[in-house]
Amino acid sequence: MSFLSYLINGVSLGSVYAIIALGYTMVYGIAKMLNFAHGDIIMVGGYAAFLAMVNAGLSPLIGVLVSIVVCTLLGVVIERIAYKPLRMAPPLAVLITAIGVSYFLQNLALLLFGADTKTFKSVISFKGISLAGGALQISGVTIVTIAACIVIVVGLSLFINKTRAGQAMLAVSEDRGAAQLMGINVNKTIALTFAIGSALAAIAGVLLCSAYPSLNPYTGAMPGIKAFVAAVFGGIGSVPGAMVGGILLGIIEILAKAYISSQLADAIVFAMLIIILLVKPTGIFGKKIQEKV
Amino acid sequence: MRHLQKTTKSNFITYGIVILTAVIIQILSSAGAVSSLIGGLLVPLCAYMILAISLNLVVGILGDLSLGHAGFMCVGAFASAFFSKMTAGTMPDGLRFFFALLIGAAAAGLFGILIGIPVLRLRGDYLAIVTLAFGEIIKNVINVFFIGRDSSGLHFSMKDSVALNLDSTGEVIVNGPQGINGTPKDSTFLIGMFLLLIALIIILNLINSRAGRAIMSIRDDRIAAESIGINITKFKLMAFSISAALAGVAGVLYAHNLSSLVASPKSFGYNMSIMILVFVVLGGIGNIRGSLIAAFILTLLPEMLRGLSNYRMLIYAIVLILMMIFNWSKGGGRLKEMVAERLRGLRKPRTKEVK
Amino acid sequence: MALLEVKNLGISFGGLRAVNAFEVKIEKGQLYGLIGPNGAGKTTIFNLLTGVYKPTEGIIKLDGADITRKKAIEINKAGIARTFQNIRLFKNLSVLDNVKAGLHNNYSYSTIEGLLRLPRYFKVEKEMNEKAMELLKVFDLDKEAEYKASNLPYGKQRKLEIARALATEPKLLLLDEPAAGMNPNETEELMQTIKFVQKEFEMTILLIEHDMKLVSGICEEVTVLNFGEILCQGETKAVLNDPQVITAYLGE
Repeated sequence: MSFLSYLINGVSLGSVYAIIALGYTMVYGIAKMLNFAHGDIIMVGGYAAFLAMVNAGLSPLIGVLVSIVVCTLLGVVIERIAYKPLRMAPPLAVLITAIGVSYFLQNLALLLFGADTKTFKSVISFKGISLAGGALQISGVTIVTIAACIVIVVGLSLFINKTRAGQAMLAVSEDRGAAQLMGINVNKTIALTFAIGSALAAIAGVLLCSAYPSLNPYTGAMPGIKAFVAAVFGGIGSVPGAMVGGILLGIIEILAKAYISSQLADAIVFAMLIIILLVKPTGIFGKKIQEKV
Repeated sequence: MRHLQKTTKSNFITYGIVILTAVIIQILSSAGAVSSLIGGLLVPLCAYMILAISLNLVVGILGDLSLGHAGFMCVGAFASAFFSKMTAGTMPDGLRFFFALLIGAAAAGLFGILIGIPVLRLRGDYLAIVTLAFGEIIKNVINVFFIGRDSSGLHFSMKDSVALNLDSTGEVIVNGPQGINGTPKDSTFLIGMFLLLIALIIILNLINSRAGRAIMSIRDDRIAAESIGINITKFKLMAFSISAALAGVAGVLYAHNLSSLVASPKSFGYNMSIMILVFVVLGGIGNIRGSLIAAFILTLLPEMLRGLSNYRMLIYAIVLILMMIFNWSKGGGRLKEMVAERLRGLRKPRTKEVK
Repeated sequence: MALLEVKNLGISFGGLRAVNAFEVKIEKGQLYGLIGPNGAGKTTIFNLLTGVYKPTEGIIKLDGADITRKKAIEINKAGIARTFQNIRLFKNLSVLDNVKAGLHNNYSYSTIEGLLRLPRYFKVEKEMNEKAMELLKVFDLDKEAEYKASNLPYGKQRKLEIARALATEPKLLLLDEPAAGMNPNETEELMQTIKFVQKEFEMTILLIEHDMKLVSGICEEVTVLNFGEILCQGETKAVLNDPQVITAYLGE
């Protein structure tokens, strides 16, 4: 039974990674950049919900909404101020800027909220269920997280495939120049991508902090890296890939923690990334991109 | 060739600056004119300068980004400190430190190769995140190692120091999260500056050679470089592993300046990697001398302006963003032209007066 | 035996057939043209010949040796060098260093010799400088040797690319639209240069070009490509007067 319970916890943690990975994958596919600050937006989402619920005494649902609004705005503002001026710049310059933004968010949070870890109050009051006569406990957070991940992946796939804005995203990711010629507003499409990615990061932040209730300025950094690993695992640019990669990674991490060593779990996840890059750098669902010569 | 002479001259000016700085600081410090605060910073300063130029080899010359130079430094520090503790008393200090340097460089270079082989084939973003992950995780890995020595030989554990089962002659050498204690203090400011000089010569000679040209041509256009028969993997790996090995040397220097070496975020964390990146960006990407100057000023200045220390990292973040926007955006380009125009404007009247 | 012999070369991208059943035989010392409307697959053929793409089927032989599916660097070492349609210089290197990068494999010393500045470093670097300056002189670029490559005017950038390709001492030189973006005077001058390279270096040259004046002026034989297939092949004058070719270019 303990294996099954580890597995379920793995799927739950993996669902959080999947939601974060979606943001990475969309931005990477459409803006062609690695948004290093994505992980730190999770942290901002956590603080926003925390402040709304604890300091302002609002209900958990409102807390989540506040968090989504704050992160969405933050994502759009970051894109407008730091990334948009660099559309034509070499990738290295964009990468360094993104690292600067990430570092800025971490250290601003450090100045505003201090380095001490805050205990996050779970937003989910649902107690969870008990199966097999109590041998298998599944917490409310776990169930809600997995459900949220499924709803988000389905919703996002529908959005991309069925709406005009979603089709515009696909077009921009395929060929930015051609999309522009077809009358698609590339700047708006990229801004929308950042908005959606950041909103997802807010949800991931609230879920992550509910499951592991410690919040500090570096809360988002490691999950951010791991979600990137998940996105690469599934094939960067692919929505189902982000979900599959995220869940697999979550399972691997929890099992490694349980059966090998809790201190080495991160190293094992990292070794996974190296192996994936060696064997299949395009990931499970990724397609090879042929450079134009 | 005039071109060759020009770069050679410029390189020798850089060497001269380093030697002169070493001499001046050494004189000031023997005259007692250096505060103990600054005095304590001198060896780390050398380590930072070595790190800055080695990172510039990756960022400016190879055109890729490493966020794990603190990790390579950590590897060099631990490998060499372990060696020095093991061999303390068995050979002259100078010889031992020389071997420690080689071991630190080799260990860090090896990790550079291990990471470089899978990652350097891919887009630059991957290297950034993989090195970042490496830098963060290597500390966790070192923290679970316990190594001890007694009359029956070496003992190894990943649990705790008691599990080493040492007898009465036993001594714990690597003590998990407590790291390595009592590493011989072999590093001095002059040795540090000497190592910096060696690192500089390696990097500048590499840049101005056949290999350096190959590396820079890959940076500028990978497909064209391939079309003229340049082996992409070989030269990327060469640049990256040399850079990692030099970061390892910085680690050796750092480790042999401390009585207790701990793999903590404070000494080898992300903040360190970012600080080095700031040196490189502020000194000018690809400008080796600039990295030295930026590292020198940014290491000594904040110590004099203590009030800023809380905001230091926030300022670093802003520096990274602003430097990129200033250098690469359209608006930044116009601003740069305006500044250049102003500078010319300032200079012109003066020449007229001279006439 | 022909220097370059290509048989039944083809490639598909996904479902798209970009090049089909391409064949060509180029004799040593020949100046050969590859023409056709935009999107006919000309650059794709260059990419197949130089190992940027791997063909779906077919055989490529250079000087009798099979080089099909070899990697780009191996093909360059085997003796094919090229220029690119949208110039790919090493922008931040000097003009001289661009050519010296081309000398990479023919003038060699080890990295250690370079790091330690051993005598061999100075000797080989000197030889490289002399050889590179010699090549630059051919293209009238010797006065700009110290310039950053990206600071050269457009026409000179195209020439520098040819000089860099020649530095690898190829048996076959592929030029992808060398006259693109040049004015009539520059084109005229370029024609002379290409002729000169053919004679002076005893070079075999295959070029893609849209400028018919250039093609009819210097190419001995041409192949016309349309929709990825050979439309017509043979002696230049005859081919250019072929009604099929005229239709392909001017439309029905």
